[in-house]
Amino acid sequence: METLLQQIINGLILGSMYALVALGYTMVYGIINLINFAHGDVLMVGALTSWAIIVRMQESMPGTPGWLILLIALLISCVVAAVLNFVIEKVAYRPLRNSPKLAPLITAIGMSILLQTLAMIIFKPNYKPYPMLLPSKPFQVGGAVITTTQIMILGLTAVSLAVLMYLVNYTKLGRAMRATAENPRVAALMGVKPDMVISATFVIGAILATIAGVMYASNYGTVQHTMGFLPGLKAFTAAVFGGIGNLAGAVVGGILLGLIESIGSGYIGTLTGGVLGSHYSDIFAFIVLIIMLTLRPSGLLGERVADRA
Amino acid sequence: MLNFINRQNRYVLMTIGAIALLVLPLILQQGGNAWVRIADAALLYVLLALGLNIVVGYAGLLDLGYVAFYAIGAYMFGLLASPHLTDTFPAIAAAFPNGLHLPLWIVIPSAAALAGIFGILLGAPTLKLRGDYLAIVTLGFGEIIRVFLNNLDHPVNITNGPKGLNQIDSIHFWGLNLGKPLTLFGFDIASVSLYYYLFLGLVLVSIVISHRLQLSRIGRAWMAIREDEIAAKAMGINTRNLKLLAFGMGATFGGVSGSMFAAFQGFVSPESFSLMESVMIVAMVVLGGIGHLPGVILGAVLLSALPEVLRYVAGPLQQMTDGRLDSAILRQLLIALAMITVMLMRPRGLWPTPEHGKSLQNNTAK
Repeated sequence: METLLQQIINGLILGSMYALVALGYTMVYGIINLINFAHGDVLMVGALTSWAIIVRMQESMPGTPGWLILLIALLISCVVAAVLNFVIEKVAYRPLRNSPKLAPLITAIGMSILLQTLAMIIFKPNYKPYPMLLPSKPFQVGGAVITTTQIMILGLTAVSLAVLMYLVNYTKLGRAMRATAENPRVAALMGVKPDMVISATFVIGAILATIAGVMYASNYGTVQHTMGFLPGLKAFTAAVFGGIGNLAGAVVGGILLGLIESIGSGYIGTLTGGVLGSHYSDIFAFIVLIIMLTLRPSGLLGERVADRA
Repeated sequence: MLNFINRQNRYVLMTIGAIALLVLPLILQQGGNAWVRIADAALLYVLLALGLNIVVGYAGLLDLGYVAFYAIGAYMFGLLASPHLTDTFPAIAAAFPNGLHLPLWIVIPSAAALAGIFGILLGAPTLKLRGDYLAIVTLGFGEIIRVFLNNLDHPVNITNGPKGLNQIDSIHFWGLNLGKPLTLFGFDIASVSLYYYLFLGLVLVSIVISHRLQLSRIGRAWMAIREDEIAAKAMGINTRNLKLLAFGMGATFGGVSGSMFAAFQGFVSPESFSLMESVMIVAMVVLGGIGHLPGVILGAVLLSALPEVLRYVAGPLQQMTDGRLDSAILRQLLIALAMITVMLMRPRGLWPTPEHGKSLQNNTAK
């Protein structure tokens, strides 16, 4: 029972990270129907930037409290990632808006490789330890352990989600985003500037990805230039799982995926009598996805069937 | 594109091209085997790109897990033509005391067949999916296969895990062993050059098959599905069977290429079959000109051979940057930049097919 509870806690933390990244995928997909392959790497850029800032600040201002350093690093790296994503959209995706659909997909993949390579050149390819800035006190919850860092991660996710939901549902920008996702041309006739909305979407996505990246780095304690790829892939899976284009779906999909993955990898060893070990954890996401899409091709909360090839 | 060349000139050009292709490895091998090896790898990628072109280019099914079939072919060849299985299973060791070295005409067809079966297995549950949903499922399938290859060394050692299979037989038929250099009229032809001819032959066969397919009823039906699946269904096309056929056929190509790769390298490990490889093959097809044979070949040759050639000129740049920009990184950088710039300049590929473009443009400009 304790292991189950522990796996649920781990799953929630993993899942909240997937959810934040999945939102970026799903928003972009909802508006311009593009799998933004570089989104996971934006997470990586955010995490590496925050790492660089933290290390600099710890050297130059030794007395600063940890939470302040983390906050400043988070803010600056959010800005960096947002500017980067804004530029990527403008340079690599916007000129291809009316091209055959595979063209922007290829530039997105190219962007992903480019970001990873540049990060490797700038930051060197080795794994770097991510400093622990907050006192990480473990708590006992019914036999399972949860640390303050992990509680902070869950809290940060909840706040980010609340802000995003407010933004999308109750602000002018949110209405413009929903209108553009529905039909860009009609939205333009109603006075919405689709280009501006799309840029805003990329900026918001980058901020969410950076928050997820900093969380990921704090939780696992290392950063590296390939760290964004697999979480990005899983987050996209989560977005599809929940029904791509649907914000609530991305959150539900992300959290479910995190839970499935951590519970699955916790129990697969005992279930199969040791034949399959926890190193199979990476494939749960995909197996679940295949089963899910066979039964319900539009995802958990998705309504429309993707009809564009 | 080649309309201005009349028939007669075209034959002359083709003859020159054929001679150039035949002589190429003999010239390259003078400069060392590494150059011929690059040409071999390029031909293997052409083979893969031609196979994927059937799935993506003709039938319009975006497959991001294509490398799985390449891996299945390579491992099947590796298992049947290396001593690995005799180490694991005493029963096989008893039956084949010299190690399992099955003849080619069993190994290659079984590699192709197994890959084909997996292609259909992948296709079957995904028939309802389209576009990006299909892309992500195939991507997942590729990852699943790779994780299994990486972990099937326990509890029964089948794939030997991350260590991979080695001591794989080279290709030998009719007393000719491609693993050893051949002396003809006092002229040495290196082993890599022999493989070059084998791969070139396979590429030519694949081109003929692809070309005939494109013109056949099946090819027409695939393209109808690609352009508008519902309309195709309404016209009486059996979309289910044809999609499965496309998956199966593409996978078979992948399986054969995989077995060639295994024989050529003498070694396979899961590392060769990462997601990046799948992505690269898709990029080749799209970059060259999706659904258009010359374009696909051009894309494959460019993306596979060009970076390798650049590797040799990367030296000075590496010195200029204190070794930070080594050749592998530079290669990756150039591939990424090429993918982005080519797509921005020519979104329909370097050498697109005229017909395909027309209909696609109408679709997207709605």
